Amino acid sequence: MKQTVQFKLNGESIQIEVEPHLSLLQVIREKLELTGTKEGCGMGECGACTVLVDGKAINSCLFPILEVEGKSVTTIEGLIEADGTLHPLQRSFVENGAVQCGFCTPGMVLSAKALLDQHPKPTEKQIRLAISGNLCRCTGYIQIIRAIQAASEQ
Amino acid sequence: MKKFDYLKPQSLEEVLSLLNQFGTKAKLIGGGTDAIVMQRQNKISPDLFISLRGIPGLDHIEGNGLLKIGAMVTHRAIEQSPLIRERFPLLSEASGLLGSVQIRNVATLGGNLCTASPSAETAPPLLVYEAEVHLISQKGERRIPLESFFLGPGETALEQKEVLKEILLQPPPPNSRGAYLKLGRRKAMDLAVVNVAVLLTLNPKTGICERARIALGAVAPTPIRVREAENIIEGNQLNDELIRKAGEMAKHTCSPISDIRASSEYRREMVGVLVEKAIRQSLT
Ligand SMILES: Cc1cc2nc3c(=O)[nH]c(=O)nc-3n(C[C@H](O)[C@H](O)[C@H](O)COP(=O)(O)OP(=O)(O)OC[C@H]3O[C@@H](n4cnc5c(N)ncnc54)[C@H](O)[C@@H]3O)c2cc1C
Ligand code: FES
Ligand code: FES
Repeated sequence: MKQTVQFKLNGESIQIEVEPHLSLLQVIREKLELTGTKEGCGMGECGACTVLVDGKAINSCLFPILEVEGKSVTTIEGLIEADGTLHPLQRSFVENGAVQCGFCTPGMVLSAKALLDQHPKPTEKQIRLAISGNLCRCTGYIQIIRAIQAASEQ
Repeated sequence: MKKFDYLKPQSLEEVLSLLNQFGTKAKLIGGGTDAIVMQRQNKISPDLFISLRGIPGLDHIEGNGLLKIGAMVTHRAIEQSPLIRERFPLLSEASGLLGSVQIRNVATLGGNLCTASPSAETAPPLLVYEAEVHLISQKGERRIPLESFFLGPGETALEQKEVLKEILLQPPPPNSRGAYLKLGRRKAMDLAVVNVAVLLTLNPKTGICERARIALGAVAPTPIRVREAENIIEGNQLNDELIRKAGEMAKHTCSPISDIRASSEYRREMVGVLVEKAIRQSLT
């Protein structure tokens, strides 16, 4: 039976009818048609589906949709400004060659955002820990770490 | 994908009455990092999940002497709690090594224990601290040692309509120090191949080890205490010979299996190495 869930998505309050067995990821991609958030493993292992819930990075593939009730969700689409200006982290990823196929990028950027919101000047170790739940199969980790460092220095 | 209903009760009383009403058709869910994965892999197929998130009285970390940790406290909250880092550092470390930031932000301490994986990250530290678990059902409440909570892989002393409410930790005796070591195949995001916790109480004057607690994970059907190894060092001044003997004893007491992550021979060998190493680290 469908249920109503109400939450904030990228700053805007929304209310939708959902089937209770869906994950936050399925709702974001298939019902709300925001396809920036990716599905890799669907099992919590790869981090491609990372979004922020109340500012904390979580795997949306494992997050039951009804648990977002009353919470604030940020997806990669929420980082870009209304006039299309990229978030400093996004710009830094582009400038530092941290994007190859791009599949891991939305998750990486959001894990980095959660880190920088808490620790604006992280150490390299903190950066490595923060993205340890995000796999990049194109193995550009060094560039990704540099991109996050560069963004933190701005 | 198989469908399920999802209920979000507002109180523990309501949870207990829902469990009574739906019986085996329902399954509790905390952070869901085990439950949702098991549901996807068809290892469980409940008609209904009963969520424990947001229920008052399950997410506290409090207490001056006896420390009480609510079952719904996340590993991230444990990792970041100054109180736990200071008083129960081995637990703090273990929670900090579980999964990734994303997993730790939602996965709970109660869920880790109730899944009862032989490699459960937090089990060896909680066993050396001699933790107790507080269980509640409509029939009443009970408190049992964590050691008797684990019955087998995925099996606990929880009755079908019972909920784990909190985990209780008595402060260890003064002059206690320990170490937690996790051997994985990579640095992050891996279950333990072997995990070991050691807690020693040393007499500051004589240097004698007055009390020793050693626990192992991933090398028996449940996480275990190894009293045979504890007995070797308790009451003694520690030297290389005794430390080696304790490692040997732990190695021979456990009963590891071979699986995709390691062979039983390798696990057994590593128990010896890690127990020795953890004892030495506790001494420094
Ligand atoms: C990618 C990934 C990496 C992981 N890495 C690790 C790791 O390194 N080390 C490790 O030990 N584990 C790891 N895990 C397993 C899991 O994250 C932990 O066991 C976690 O602590 C489970 O907590 P949860 O709140 O998500 O449990 P849930 O999935 O919500 O629940 C687990 C089980 O316990 C029951 N349950 C939960 N709470 C209660 C309660 N209060 N009372 C009664 N029953 C209850 C549920 O019914 C269910 O059967 C990993 C999982 C994933 C997906
Ligand atoms: S898709 Fe969620 S972690 Fe891989
Ligand atoms: S850029 Fe391809 S997976 Fe990371």
